[in-house]
This record gives sequence, C-alpha cells and structure tokens, in this order.
Amino acid sequence: MSAVAAAAKAPADARRKANSELGLLILALLVTIGAYVLVDLAQTGAVPPGLAAYGGAMAALGAAAHLASRRLASGADPVLLPLAFLLNGLGLVMVRRLDFAEQTTQAPAQTIWTVVAIVVFILTLVVVRDHRMLDDYRYLVGIGALAFLLMPLLPGIGKEVNGARIWLGLGGLSFQPGEVAKLGLVTFFASYLAEKRALLTVATNRLGPLMVPPARAFGPILAVWGVSLAVLVFQKDLGLSLLVFGIFVAMLYVATARLTYVLLSLALFGVGAFAAWTVFSHVQSRILTWLDPWSVYEDAGYQVAQSLFAMATGGIFGVGLGQGRPDIIPEVNTDFIFAAFGEEIGLLGTTALLLCFFLFVGRGFSVATRSPDDFGQLLAAGLTFLFGLQVFVILGGVTQLLPLTGVTLPFMSYGGSSLLANYALVALLLRVSASSSSTSAGRATP
Amino acid sequence: MTRQVRRVAIVLFLLFGALFVNLNFLQVLRADGLSNDTRNSRKIIAEYSIRRGSIVAGKGRDTTVLAESVATDGGRFEYRRRYPEPELYAHVTGFYSLLYGRAGLEDTANGLLVGDAPEQFARNVGDLLTGREPEGDDVVVTLRPEVQRAAREALGDRVGAVVALAPQTGAVLALWANPSYDPNRLATFDRARAVRYWERSENERRNRALRETYPPGSTFKVITAAAALEDGIDPDDTFDDPSGYTPPQTTATIPNFGGGLCNGGSPITLARAFEVSCNTTFAQLGVDIGAAKLVEQAEAFGFNQTFDLGLPMAASVIPSELDPPSTAQSAIGQRDVRATPLQMAMVSAAVANDGVLMRPHVIARVEDFAGRVVRQITPSMLVLDGQDDARAVSRETAQALQDMMLGVVTNGSGGAAAVPGVEVAGKTGTAQTAEGANPTVWFTGFAPFDDPQVAVAVVLPDGGDVGSEATGGAVAAPIAGKVIDAAVDE
Repeated sequence: MSAVAAAAKAPADARRKANSELGLLILALLVTIGAYVLVDLAQTGAVPPGLAAYGGAMAALGAAAHLASRRLASGADPVLLPLAFLLNGLGLVMVRRLDFAEQTTQAPAQTIWTVVAIVVFILTLVVVRDHRMLDDYRYLVGIGALAFLLMPLLPGIGKEVNGARIWLGLGGLSFQPGEVAKLGLVTFFASYLAEKRALLTVATNRLGPLMVPPARAFGPILAVWGVSLAVLVFQKDLGLSLLVFGIFVAMLYVATARLTYVLLSLALFGVGAFAAWTVFSHVQSRILTWLDPWSVYEDAGYQVAQSLFAMATGGIFGVGLGQGRPDIIPEVNTDFIFAAFGEEIGLLGTTALLLCFFLFVGRGFSVATRSPDDFGQLLAAGLTFLFGLQVFVILGGVTQLLPLTGVTLPFMSYGGSSLLANYALVALLLRVSASSSSTSAGRATP
Repeated sequence: MTRQVRRVAIVLFLLFGALFVNLNFLQVLRADGLSNDTRNSRKIIAEYSIRRGSIVAGKGRDTTVLAESVATDGGRFEYRRRYPEPELYAHVTGFYSLLYGRAGLEDTANGLLVGDAPEQFARNVGDLLTGREPEGDDVVVTLRPEVQRAAREALGDRVGAVVALAPQTGAVLALWANPSYDPNRLATFDRARAVRYWERSENERRNRALRETYPPGSTFKVITAAAALEDGIDPDDTFDDPSGYTPPQTTATIPNFGGGLCNGGSPITLARAFEVSCNTTFAQLGVDIGAAKLVEQAEAFGFNQTFDLGLPMAASVIPSELDPPSTAQSAIGQRDVRATPLQMAMVSAAVANDGVLMRPHVIARVEDFAGRVVRQITPSMLVLDGQDDARAVSRETAQALQDMMLGVVTNGSGGAAAVPGVEVAGKTGTAQTAEGANPTVWFTGFAPFDDPQVAVAVVLPDGGDVGSEATGGAVAAPIAGKVIDAAVDE
C-alpha cells in the first residue's frame, strides 16, 4: 500500500471508529434507561416521571463526550468511552435506586458530578493535545501528584472520615485528592521510567544466580515504597497505599523487564505488610475480618457478612432491579455498590459487569501495546493497570476474596472525585490511542 | 516493552478470573447456605412485609383473636405481631420474633399464615400475575376460649398443665400450662428488650402440656386395667389384699398408698381396686399379664411415639424391656414410665370414645381474609405407627373401663372431680418422684358419662401448693371438675 493510499485511508478508518463509538454509546444509553425504568417500576409501580428529561440529559452528555472524542481524539479506541458511559449510567441508576431504599437524595448530586466529569473528560482532551506534552511537565506533575496525595494531612482542610484521612473539605464540598493524585503519579512514573529504563535495565552486579542492576537504581523503588507507607501510616488508607505501590512495581517491570525488581518489591511489600500487621490494630482487624467475618459478625465482620448475604440472595438470576434490600449493607452506595448489583441482578448481571471491566482493561492494554513511544506505552499500561487493580481490590474485598480495603469501584460508586478522575483516565487513554493511530497512519506500512 | 505489557495484562486477567470464580462460588455454591442463614434478614423482612394471617378461636360473633398482624408506623417492617391475650394462649400460638424466629403455631402453621397453603396455589399465581399484594390466611383453632380460661383459673398460680380433648373428634379444647409467657415481648422490634425477656423467660416458655413428661402414677392404672381386661380378666375377678406386694427377683416391697390395706384384708375385685387405686393389686396384675402386654397396651394408646398434632410434642415413654420388678412399678405408673398431659388426655379420650383414638388436632380450619374457608380439618382416627387401626382397646374393654372410671368419682379416690348435674368418670394419680420431693399429682377423665364431650388431663408436678401431702384426688381432681364444667353443654 502506498503512503498516499494509507493517508487517504486514515480519515475513513477514524470515521468508522467514531461511528462504532456512537453506536456503542447509544446501546449503553438504552441499557441505562432500561435499568432506570425498571428501578422505578419496581419501587413506585410507574414509569419515572422525569424519564424524558433524564434520558435527554444522558443523551446530551453522551453526545458531548462523543463529539469531543470524534473531533479531538480522532481514530482513538471506540470501546473505552461507551464502556465508561455504561458503567457510569448503571452506577447512577443504582445510586438512585439506593435513594429509594435509604430515603436519601444522592442521585441529583451524582448526576451533577457526572456532568462535571464529562466536562473534565472534554477539557482533558482539549488541553492535552498530545500526551507527550505531559512528559515535558514531568516534575510539575510528579510534585503536584505528591502534594495532592498528602494534602489531606494538612490541618484545616484535611478531614478524617471513617478512620481514613483522605478527604479535603472545602466549604460544603468534599473531595478525595488521592483519586486525582493516582493519575499524576502514573504520569510521573511513565515519564521517569521511559527516560531511565535503559539505565535501570543494565545489570552490573551479580547476586548469586541473579544479575542485579547497580544499587542506586533501587533508589526510586525505596522512595515510592516510602510514600505508600506514609499514606498507610498517616492516612490509614490501605487501599490507596496498595494501589500506589502496585502500579509502580507493574510499571517498573514493563519498563525494565527485570523480575529482580518485582521480587525485591514483593519482599519490601512483605516487610511493610508485616510491620503494618504488628503495629496497627486496624490492619490486624482487617485481616482477621477477612479470614473469618462470622467470628466478628456483630462488629467488624458485619459489613462483609451483609455483602455476602446480598450476593448469595441474588443467586444466579438476582431478585430483580429495585426489588432487593441493599439498605441492609452499610456503605452500600460507595465501596459496596457491587453487592447491591449482586443481589438485584444476580450472577448473570455481576458477570456482565465484570466483563465490562475486563473489556475495559483489555482495550487499555491494547492501547498501550500500540503506542509508538515508550512514554505513551508506559502511560497507557500504567493507567490501565491502575484501573484494573482498583477494580480487583474492591471487588475482591466485597466478595471476601481479599481483605477489604476501602477503594471505590470505578465509574459506579457514589462520589465525585473518583468519577472525575476515571473520566480523565479515559481521556488520557483515548489521547494515547489517537496518537498511535495517527502515527501509524502517517507511517507507510509495508 | 510490548511483551511486558502483555505479561502484566495476563496477570491482571488471572486476577479477574479469580474474581469470576469467586462470584460463582458465592452466588451459586454458597448461595443456599448464605441466603438461608438466620442472620440474613432478607427472608424475614419479606415475611414482615405481607399481612400475616391471624390465629383465632371460635366462630362468628364469638371469635377470639389469639394473634394478629398490625401495621407499624413505618420503618423497615410493615407489620408487627400482636397477641391480645398473650399469656393465655402463648403455649398454643408460640411467638413470632425477629430475633428468635418462630415457635408454636406461628412456626408449624407458618405456611398457612403467610398464605402458602396448596389450596391457595391458583390465587397466589393470580396475585403474582396481577401484581396484587400477597396476603396470608387466618388459622382457626379448635380451642374453646371459655374452657381455656376455666383451665387457667382452676390451676391458678400453681405450676402445672391442663389438656382437654373432644373424645369423638380429637379437637383440642384447652391447652394450658402455667407458668406462661408474653409472646408480645419477643415479637417486639426492640432488640435489647427482646433479648432481656428471652433470657429470663426460659422457664415460662417450657410447654408443660405437650413437651414435658411426668411419672403418670396411678393414672397409668387405666392402661394396666385395659391390658388386663383385654387379656381376659373380668372387673369382678377378685385379688388378695396384702399390705405390700413383693415382685419376683427383688426384696423391695411395693406398699399401698398410706401403707394400709385396700379392703380390710378380704379379697378385692379389680373394679374396687381401681376405684381406691390399690397399688398391690395393680403391681401384681402387671407382673401377671407380663411386660410385653403392658407395653403393647401403652403403645396402643400412643406411648413411645409422636404424631402430627399441629404443635411440637414430646413422646411419652415406657421402656420396652422390663424385668418383673420394673413391670410391677410401671404397672402403677412409677419408675421409668413418663407421660405428657396430652398423652393421659388421649387415654381418657380413647376410653370415652369406646376404644377408638381420634387424632388430636389444634387447627379446625383455614380461612382467607374474606372469611372463605380454604381448608376444613375433618376429624380422623389416629392410626399410630405399628398399629393396624385406631382402636386402642375393644369396645367391651372400653365400656368396662368407663364403668370403673365412673366408680372412681362416685365411689373412690376421685370424688372431688364431681360436677353437679354431670356424670364424671376418671382416675387420680399421685406419683412419688424423688426422696423428699413433693409428689406429682394427676387426674384424667371424661364427661358426661353417657355422651362424652370432653376428656381431660391435669398435672401438677410439684404437688400444687400443698406440698408432700398432695394427692391427685385432693389437688388435681377439683381442677379437672372445673374444666369439665366449663366444657360440657348443659
């Protein structure tokens, strides 16, 4: 194929992808509206009065996001945005459904957060015209992320909620800066590792059968380990600590292909975990609760036990949207929203949701492998791993596969910070994806 | 780097695979166990959201409500259970508690009360299709409130139990055990209060009418006499009248009650020995006819098994292997023989019904909220396991026993059971339990003699309030008389 033909084909290819995205978005919208109607039918026995307004608003949001990705990220992956939109839509439906159960009014706030998140999505695409831009602001991004991460520790604006000091309170608004910090850290790691990967890969010392890089190459690992321990110690946030460290190890491996780093990191993780176990009673309690929630049923085990009851009651087919008793589970609208789905849409539904997350992760990694530059590849892989690991950690916690660590379920949990950060994450993935598509189109393929 | 990205992706996919496997484990394999766990409040919340049927007694204008569902003022539960006369009927209704589950009819008739009777299948499918709120059905019990109240008043503050049956139908007319408890205090949604009451009401919750067994003492002589008559002995046959009887294989002598003679030392007829409750005669009679026939007769009346009464019950017991000393003791209702008040009422009922045992039951019928009868319980004969039919004794034996039991009240130990204008027949019992302990006193009988309408058993395990001097004739018989008086139409 000639270069001219390839160049001519590129816009057609981009248009085809954009049309696929539109089609999938419409599908996601229909599923969401269907779920919305089912909830109201079950709860009030009538089609929701605001159906047209709600459907219209969601359609407008979808259209805005779609136009942004069509115009600003031409040729990008067409599946990521519709998946995000679907999960977001279903999350909103569940938040509304939980409003019925708990006599709260959180759905309007979450809808506003959705609008803000879509705006952030569009702004990210507008501002970051090329992902390599972020590479240039490496230290700004890195320091900014660290500042965001540790901000809740500041007296005055930092707030402690349920024992974890991860909130900022500004006026009446609450925000979890850690959600945004995670994106900044991934960006910083990607930039740092892209530059130093050659240096970090060279093995000069021999340690038994292993060839080991020079000692100073381990510095960054120790630094990140220190930061995540700080998060654990001072913010008492097990989940965030785990995520930060996990992302770094995964990205380090992607950059260097050295298992030595992974093994060392796991050893460090072991040391940190053991220390945390001995020093912090709340870590011990988490682990014991995980091993046997029934022994502390009246106390720490209650929440997980209620989650298990909900999931089990749902069985294979679920009791039907709007027909369960999710209000029995404490914190059901944030960390435990998946358990509410488990009860009402059963194994079939939870499997479908899991597949959506799985598909998202798969598309994310595929974006990474197609990126022509190291930074883009590391950035996409890091963001995707962050997303996937977070999903695994919270779903594992809710289903007693892992000790419970309070992180949100991306796109579904009630809360603005997480939603906003995850839409930014999608925008960055689309950005990397679009650039690889334009580069490959510009290059003559043999 | 692409290779590393793929490897990281594979690791993450494996983790997702673990999630998927765990979901299947949770929502399929463990689903039944977890969803039926008593701590999983979903089932009970669903139950509390339908209007549970009432438990009522009587008919039409005389209907008495034993248990009903009343709407709450909101909150998680739509209805709560109310017992208008809590103590009076607690041993029948049982309780319906968020914390402690169900007991009594609330438990055994739960399917009917929530509207799941098989007869209602069509209605329920219809409700499901039309989206109509499902509702429960009312359970109408056989109890007669005036007889139940008479039982409570007659027993008063004394520990004990009263069971009254209709001999010809098996309907339970009264079922009272003192002490009783207040099921309202277990049905409360106030967890702390329910826990407190539960912990201190353990003794009150014991159902002494159905689930506790006591040594029947001389009331068991009805069974011994029945076995003897079936064995060909005549009520007029005479026996020696020693002051004590020493069975084979032992030196332990069985004395008469009070230690004297039954007939001044002259030969005594079986009928007279029954009237005055002569221990020596019946101990010897038991040894003469043998353990096998005695046990067989007791089992024909219902010993050693339970049946579906509509409420949980304990089996009355007679050991099947008895040596002669034990046989002699068992024949007068001592040693290892133990009976529930229900069992002894069934003995009198079978005798009164010319030997045929009718199936005791507490549910008369089931009605929907509109009053339409969903199910009518028709009286049936009780064919026990191991029996060919419902006949406990032959008609001739039954009639001979009736005469002998009439003699007990008119001319023997049970005179205090007499009711003006009604011919009462029965048998007293005074069982020695442990050395120094007060006797367990009994009366069982039926009335009216010509046309039996009620069979009754009364037990006071600690001798009522007269201590070691208590006898069935002095303490239990008057209670039976009052219950019979309330039950018999004049």
